[in-house]
Amino acid sequence: MIKQTTGEKAFSVFNYFLLFVISIVCLYPIWHVAVASVSDPLMVFSKRGFYLWPLGELNLRGYKLVMQNPNILSGFLNTLFYVGAGTALSMFLTIIGAYALSRKGPHWNRLVMKIIIVTMYFQGGLIPFYLLVKDLNLLDTRMSIILPIAVNTWNLIVMRTAFAAVPESVVESAKLDGAGDWRTCWVIMVPMAQATVAVIALFYAVRMWNEWFNPSLFISSKTKYPLQLLLREILIKNDTKSMTQLGSVGQSQQESYRLLVKYCTIMVATIPILLVYPFLQRYFIQGIMIGSIKG
Amino acid sequence: MVARDWRRFWPVYLMILPVLAYYILWCYGPMYGILLAFKEYAPRKGIMGSPWVGTKYFIEFFASPYAFRVIRNTVLINFWNLVIGFPLPIVFALLLNEIRHTGYKRTVQTITYMPHFISTVIICGMLIDFTASDGVFGEIIRILGGTPVNLLSKPEYFRSIYVGSDIWQNLGWDSIIFLSALTSINTELYEAATIDGCGAFKRAIHVSVPGILPTIAILLILRIGAMMSVGFEKIILLYNGLTYETADVISSYVYRKGIVENNFSFSTAVGLFNSVINCILVVAANRISARLTETSLW
Repeated sequence: MIKQTTGEKAFSVFNYFLLFVISIVCLYPIWHVAVASVSDPLMVFSKRGFYLWPLGELNLRGYKLVMQNPNILSGFLNTLFYVGAGTALSMFLTIIGAYALSRKGPHWNRLVMKIIIVTMYFQGGLIPFYLLVKDLNLLDTRMSIILPIAVNTWNLIVMRTAFAAVPESVVESAKLDGAGDWRTCWVIMVPMAQATVAVIALFYAVRMWNEWFNPSLFISSKTKYPLQLLLREILIKNDTKSMTQLGSVGQSQQESYRLLVKYCTIMVATIPILLVYPFLQRYFIQGIMIGSIKG
Repeated sequence: MVARDWRRFWPVYLMILPVLAYYILWCYGPMYGILLAFKEYAPRKGIMGSPWVGTKYFIEFFASPYAFRVIRNTVLINFWNLVIGFPLPIVFALLLNEIRHTGYKRTVQTITYMPHFISTVIICGMLIDFTASDGVFGEIIRILGGTPVNLLSKPEYFRSIYVGSDIWQNLGWDSIIFLSALTSINTELYEAATIDGCGAFKRAIHVSVPGILPTIAILLILRIGAMMSVGFEKIILLYNGLTYETADVISSYVYRKGIVENNFSFSTAVGLFNSVINCILVVAANRISARLTETSLW
């Protein structure tokens, strides 16, 4: 055991304390919103600033309003669809593409790889992209959210590297057993590289969950809004009118409930992620590592 | 030779086809639309039928006062984000590396990685609430004896809010890679340093930092390469007419001119300028990183 000098001990104590403070700073904003969302709305409205504990009586009316709101529910369901269908399509394309590109024999693979890499250097830009979606008659369709971002080049390359690392002898013996490329890809490669497959699926899913910008360009009917776009209306554009129809309550009460609904909406949209995140943390970290080894 | 290649590998080519089709349609398709930058877009005539105007829109952009403003803002926001946002995760990783108590270390990691998983829209929603004159930051200003204002309506604070929230969100997450580089340093080096009379601080400077220097170099280069293309979603969510002076960057300007004001040709021209700059940065970054990794492998 290394003996610590007094200075080192002092640093050690300081270090523990500093990291504690950093953790509090990271945690506080979420705590603030959580506490405010179950507080008495009138008290939250009149006393802003720091919260350590809920103000007034524990109050779940904000959550009730959010849960009863048909838009939030449809936003959730839409996002679920976009995440599910989008991730499935992305994985399908990424896996077959990565498998094919990981084969060393085919003559044209190098050209295809070049065609793909070029797109990392140069993009068409926003307006040409928008016009393309428009010209394909995809405006205001669910496909406009899923199709344009179906393949991510980075993920494709990481997956290709993982497939290329599967020993050639395994592929050869599968071939001898009569497996074609299609079968080899799904029955041999995917299980052999399952860690990478899981990580890439996770990355695609998270990206789709966070997607709001493309939908804001393409989607005009509210029934197709993903959750994040709805959140923008409520949190950024301050449009909570439809959510706080409380009948005959006074103006200030309306205002305070509007604020409460905001906090509750943030919680409802964040809790699912924060609940699953600690369990998936390992995979995300693995994902960064895989990506960095490639880079 | 080509025929034999086809006969042998047609199933592989069949599997590439959907991916290739994706890239042709969604990545090369928009490149065709770049023509608009040199044309006067007429919706009814389409891209092909619209008349040529040459470099009219480029001249219009560079002659306008906005060109300097958006380029300056893009450079400044990214510069500060790099200068402050890049070293902090390294320092954080070094500090975390000194913690011997595994449980404490894990807890700090889990908590500091968490903000990374909150979506941009929600981060911005919280920022708008916290920076309001009666929000959390307003309270801090009051405690410090100042007069609270709505921080997002003041151009002079926009960059700080942008960079600060980025650090809040990514400090922990960005440290992961440095932390793993630190754990791969040979422990014998630390022991040797201790025998040579190095304290904790000297060990960090003389063993830890040189040990992760290659990682730092590569990540720095990659980040510079991606510099001009990041983060415009957050800007669109946070800026407003009052803060355009410091907040409006090239990509948000492209968005506003094109999508909001329907000025398609002009917006495409500015977007092309942005794409070209991005391209130069990425190429340069890749060249340098290729050279670096080669020499560091000796």
